[in-house]
Amino acid sequence: MKMLSRKASCDSHGQDSSYFLGWQEYEKNPYHEVQNPNGIIQMGLAENQLSFDLLESWLASNTDALGLKRNGRSVFRELALFQDYHGFPAFKNELVEFMAKLRGYKVAFDPNKLVLMAGSTSANEILMFCLAEPGEAFLLPTPYYPGFDRDLKWRTGVEIVPIHCSSSNDFRITACALEEAYQRAQKLNLKVKGVLVTNPSNPLGSTLNRDELNHLIDFAIKKEVHIISDEIYSGTVFDSPSFISITEAVMEKHVDHETDLLGRIHIVYSLSKDLGLPGFRVGMIYSNNETVVAAATKMSSFGLVSSQTQFLLSNMLSDKKFTSKYIKENQRRLKKRKDMLVSGLRSAGIGCAKSNAGLFCWVDMRYLLRSDTFEAEKELWKRILFEVGLNISPGSSCHCSEPGWFRVCFANMSQETLKVAIRRIEVFAESSSSASGRENLSHQRSVRNSRRSLSKWVFPISSYNDHEPADR
Amino acid sequence: MELSKNPQLLSNIATNERHGENSPYFDGWKAYEENPYHPIKNKDGVIQMGLSENQICFDLIEEWIKKNPKASICTSEGVDEFKNIAIFQDYHGLPEFRQALASFMGRVRGGRVRFDPDRIVMSGGATGANELIMFCLADPGDAFLVPSPYYPAFDRDMGWRTGVQILPVDCDSSNGFLITKAALEAAYEKAIEDNNKIKGLLLANPSNPLGTLLDRETLTSLVSFVNEKNIHLVCDEIYSATVFKSPSFTSISEIIEEMGSEICNRDLIHIVYSLSKDMGLPGFRVGIVYSYNDAVVSCGRKMSSFGLVSSQTQHLLASMLLDEEFVGNFLEESSRRLAKRHEMFMKGLEQAGITCLKSNAGLFVWMDLRWLLKEQTEEAEIVLWRVIINEVKLNVSPGSSFHCTEPGWFRVCFANMDYHTVEVALKRLHAFARQEKLAISSTRYLRNHKLQLSFSFERYDKSCVHVRTLFHRTRCPLTPQYFLDISVPMVRAASRT
Repeated sequence: MKMLSRKASCDSHGQDSSYFLGWQEYEKNPYHEVQNPNGIIQMGLAENQLSFDLLESWLASNTDALGLKRNGRSVFRELALFQDYHGFPAFKNELVEFMAKLRGYKVAFDPNKLVLMAGSTSANEILMFCLAEPGEAFLLPTPYYPGFDRDLKWRTGVEIVPIHCSSSNDFRITACALEEAYQRAQKLNLKVKGVLVTNPSNPLGSTLNRDELNHLIDFAIKKEVHIISDEIYSGTVFDSPSFISITEAVMEKHVDHETDLLGRIHIVYSLSKDLGLPGFRVGMIYSNNETVVAAATKMSSFGLVSSQTQFLLSNMLSDKKFTSKYIKENQRRLKKRKDMLVSGLRSAGIGCAKSNAGLFCWVDMRYLLRSDTFEAEKELWKRILFEVGLNISPGSSCHCSEPGWFRVCFANMSQETLKVAIRRIEVFAESSSSASGRENLSHQRSVRNSRRSLSKWVFPISSYNDHEPADR
Repeated sequence: MELSKNPQLLSNIATNERHGENSPYFDGWKAYEENPYHPIKNKDGVIQMGLSENQICFDLIEEWIKKNPKASICTSEGVDEFKNIAIFQDYHGLPEFRQALASFMGRVRGGRVRFDPDRIVMSGGATGANELIMFCLADPGDAFLVPSPYYPAFDRDMGWRTGVQILPVDCDSSNGFLITKAALEAAYEKAIEDNNKIKGLLLANPSNPLGTLLDRETLTSLVSFVNEKNIHLVCDEIYSATVFKSPSFTSISEIIEEMGSEICNRDLIHIVYSLSKDMGLPGFRVGIVYSYNDAVVSCGRKMSSFGLVSSQTQHLLASMLLDEEFVGNFLEESSRRLAKRHEMFMKGLEQAGITCLKSNAGLFVWMDLRWLLKEQTEEAEIVLWRVIINEVKLNVSPGSSFHCTEPGWFRVCFANMDYHTVEVALKRLHAFARQEKLAISSTRYLRNHKLQLSFSFERYDKSCVHVRTLFHRTRCPLTPQYFLDISVPMVRAASRT
């Protein structure tokens, strides 16, 4: 008899993909300004490390508020005991206010429709458990976050059917592509329960426009399916056009009176990207469907948010002056970083998809491919990892249908490190173009004096030893 | 919204009852929440004795936190760690956290066994850990044997989303609820006959609700059993540090060390642990799966992404649990206080003429009220239970909610309240028991003398409130809000908005 479950023995966790393998290599040889200047720079990690100083200074001036006593009464006991899966009322009130603020107060949220759980990783999985049976499917526009393969499919048994988007129209979702994906699912005998979009998009870094949102809404009405809008990057919109949330789009279409579409709209949110706090595991589902809220609330028992963390963050978010200042400043810094990367890439002759949000750029390296194939993309990725010393994420790991695109993160490092990365890219691009994309080790060695020990990087990707954090 | 209630729109899991939250175990909480006891504001309210929480040693932890401000990222001494902690989401967990847990688990077992920090997998509380280990070991439709009576939420934790079945191994008072090899074999054979695929056995040691320990001999024979059948053994040891009297606790980890790997296949052995009971920190959501099986550790670790422990909490507890002096003192003092509380409670029950199963661990007693049942049936047990909630005003947990096959047993918690409240509860039980004894002997007297009287039974019938119909709200009864006092900041914030 097989001793472990099928889930334990299969690889639907998706962690053997290049997305995670690159991390492994990074961890073996991480860049450090002083201790390891030739190491690999991590550009595959969509983290926001730009605004910690703002959080730290808030903490420093609010230690009394967070201390264990208030008016002589200790709050420790309450925190230690609090395991109510409804969450701290005050925390949820602050969260819905924060979410509304990020949407320019164009929509309002009800804290009773908000369910908290340990990260959006958990939120996405819980929605699958609530909305679909094993073997049923959700449509996702490509390219999409590699972790969805694990979060949506692994333990739930739900299938993902990709909606193919192409660079010919900036990877926008079209009505045609939606229908085509639906038909493909039908042919595969997969019952489609809904569409899941990430807005702003990971890995594209752009917000969905009104047309796309309307296509989604029309599709969901016609097919009577769910829409899940993963809006975890909503606070990272640093440029126009402004963010249009799914709620806003539905309201504007005035469809809620005619159908019960609202009961099929669910939002996933988290504080991991907007506030840069992935370690605290704060995720949430917002749904107008009471059955979903009830079921998700019970399921959140499997991964509640630590009461200590709820307490800290409800205090932080209650400081409205601080949150306004933080949102604005954070967006300003993200824009600056993104502009820096984009112009650096441009001077290397490399283009990016136009983006106005997120912690990364969607970079076009098609011209550097030996051939228009995913094998060539993988080769290029390996060269960039081992020769250039940058861990970036190949488009194939994001299920992109076109080879040659890469997601490159810019907010998880210091400015100096980004400059180093950009320099390396410039050199690489130069040498690659002149060598017609062929490997040219000796040429690169003579150009980059600081790269003496190339050979130490050129080692095979060893068998996966599960050393990876799971992150976007 | 008709369509959104359309059952096909949502999954079976979302709409079935396998979450188990409509069982009587949770019903009693509602009565408590609507009328919670307060020593000043609501002296006649319901006392919560259905909540297995350890509130006895908070002062020790608070004192440590005050003396160690660096352990918190919210203090001026600790804030320089804020950034590193806030970005840390590695599913391996902070190395020092795993080390601290391994060390703590070893101390709890008297240093008789060492735990490897690399085998520690985090999860969202023991709730998350039990589900996670099922996902790793069993497929939908597979079954696990669990000795009854068992913790009600195992049905949800082990089976709701995983599709795993729980098959109880019934134990009863004829032998003090001990698990016998015979009972296990019989349950196993029956399960096979019924075409069930048994993947393993789950034990809670110390037991909830019994408060008893499995002795060395029993554990050894259980290990032999699982090896013989080539099935897994999951040991839920979340009450291991609540052992307050001899005999001392023997962990499964000690047994397999003694047995050696030639006799015991270690790939079959897994431990579930948590800090919710031993340290009284359920709010912090610290659950652990400790497996001797490398593939389970590897898979479990990936799955832990769905319920990692907040890095803020990992950081605080790593510091605390690596403080050996604190841990030593805490374990000793906690044990002493639990013993004292248990003794006080048992004395009070004795004076009331109420007996319990002999126990030396846990945060509760297993009370024998069979003599109060009109008849030895589950229905009669529920009737009695409603009397206890509505008239005696104590929320206790009926044995049937623990799948106990013998009616009349109740789990009563004693560590989730202060000393004074325990006294009040004992007074009420005393009065109730006295009254019932009187009623029983009066009835006997009247019957013997052929006189008619039925007021006591009438009272039982009148008190038959349809408790279930009251409970429409989806309040989680595991988490009453009696402690959310208005002076607590987060509540104050709520009242501001």
